[in-house]
Amino acid sequence: MQANDLQTTRNNPSVFSRSFRVAAWLGWQIESNWTDPFLFAIYSIIKPLAGAAILVVMYSVITNGNFADPIFTYIYLGNAFYLYVGAVMSGISWAVLDDREHYKTLKYMYVAPINIPAYLIGRGVAKFLVGSISVFITIVFGVLFLHVDVDPAAIIWPLFIISMAIGVVMLAMMGLILAGVSLLIVNHVWFIGDAVAGALFLFSGAIFPLEVLPVWLQPLGYINPITYWLELLRRAMVGSVAEAFPTFQNLSNQQLLGILIGLTIIFGIIARFLFRYCEHVARERGLIDMLTNY
Amino acid sequence: MSNNPPSLPQVLSPQNGAQPLGVDRLHKNIGWKLYLQTVVARAYPRIIGQQREKSWLFFDILLPLLSVCAYVFVYQAIDAPEDYIGFVVVGGAMIAFWMNVLWSMSSQLYWEKEQGNLALFIITPTSMMAILLGMALGGLLATTLRALVIIILGSLFFHVQYAVSSFAQLFAVFILTMIALYGLGMMAASLYLLLSREAWHISSLAQEPVYLFSGFYFPIKNFGFWISAFASFIPLTLGLDAMRQLVFESGPSLGFLTVEVEIIILFILSVVFLFAARLMLAHMEKLAIREGRLTENRR
Repeated sequence: MQANDLQTTRNNPSVFSRSFRVAAWLGWQIESNWTDPFLFAIYSIIKPLAGAAILVVMYSVITNGNFADPIFTYIYLGNAFYLYVGAVMSGISWAVLDDREHYKTLKYMYVAPINIPAYLIGRGVAKFLVGSISVFITIVFGVLFLHVDVDPAAIIWPLFIISMAIGVVMLAMMGLILAGVSLLIVNHVWFIGDAVAGALFLFSGAIFPLEVLPVWLQPLGYINPITYWLELLRRAMVGSVAEAFPTFQNLSNQQLLGILIGLTIIFGIIARFLFRYCEHVARERGLIDMLTNY
Repeated sequence: MSNNPPSLPQVLSPQNGAQPLGVDRLHKNIGWKLYLQTVVARAYPRIIGQQREKSWLFFDILLPLLSVCAYVFVYQAIDAPEDYIGFVVVGGAMIAFWMNVLWSMSSQLYWEKEQGNLALFIITPTSMMAILLGMALGGLLATTLRALVIIILGSLFFHVQYAVSSFAQLFAVFILTMIALYGLGMMAASLYLLLSREAWHISSLAQEPVYLFSGFYFPIKNFGFWISAFASFIPLTLGLDAMRQLVFESGPSLGFLTVEVEIIILFILSVVFLFAARLMLAHMEKLAIREGRLTENRR
């Protein structure tokens, strides 16, 4: 065996594919087999619905239940799709912690003939699937009970599918960046995925248009790829709602897609190099099998 | 002829009448002194750990503050009255206590079991209640500091106006809320003694619904009487409602019950939860020992 065979970030499609597939299966088992399917379904529904209900009640209290206003659909859809951000980012970065601190298997992963980034992204698939169920239920609930203005016949499906696919890749790259950072930090790392997703909530235009932010904070929203992704999803699902807000009125769908693709490529490059750097430092410092019990 | 050095039998073997090394100098506390010593010992790592690891400034203050800001901007986007921004800031600060109770109190015994410490706790000649109390006090002090920073920064950033009507009542509400809340945490900790992998998921599940029903971001009165009454079993619900009534001008008009009634209910909850925690802990500990779950590790 050559030393190169142990290089975990090598570009071998079959190794990549195998690592991804097995990790996805493993992640699903870990996520779902702690209880029976019924309780798991309840768990997957209650959490996102409660999160959405907070915004619904906030909105309802102030507007006396005027759900017909476009801002409500804007907030509701943005919040629903944002569930993917926490799910994918924390799903990938969490795998580092889970394997290192909980199952104590990360070191074995590193000596196995697998592609580690592919393995970590695969581990995020389970949370992506659970997140998809949550997003679907949240939107259906909104359409049925809260007058969220989504008509399946009016959805621009090609735009929706393309935007969703690019967005998931972009989120996976952001998750990989966090996974790299997770390799290096010790304490407070358990919540890093959720914490970063929570922080980006502010700068993504998910639940309010970017114009509401102070002027000096708005640039952070414009360099955040999640902002463009959510705007594209809104345009695909309810074009009239997206048009009601001035943030990206001057940009066409193609231009927004171009920006999203560009930012995804940039984040992909950053993720690749940052993860390799963090991995290298972690090996140098002996952090791969670190057990903090924190 | 012995191979041991001359002093060794005196250290290891008391059969010859020798005392183990240092026994005559070792003072052991018993009774309330031991209880107090245990409380301090368990609280110590919670407080000192925070000082040693400065990254909490980023993870426990800055990131939650950004989430609070997001909810404030939602209110600004829909032109809510100014006091609602203050509601979010205060609610966002109080979330720190719920997170602490949920992740560092309720599920703590589960983590201790996972790490192998729980059996050590059980075999030490001290009270498990003292251990939980120490955990609660340490967590409470550390979390109060975080909550204060969030309130100060949030208030400065969003120019929140406070109009405190009674500092004495405010103090009483806060203290009673914390006693009841951490009592609830101690009660839940005993339940977690029996849990395995599901502990993490149950804690995770208890986050958003409690944010919703305790009214962290809006007055609980909007839910109507029965839902608010049911939600009042979580001490933060009434605590937050009373605090908002006491510190905001529009608070009294948006309160669920009067502050006096809420103080009485919080007092009752404090007594009930602490008493129930003691009973449940004793019961669950016996049950866990009988069923062999104290050292169980089902990953």
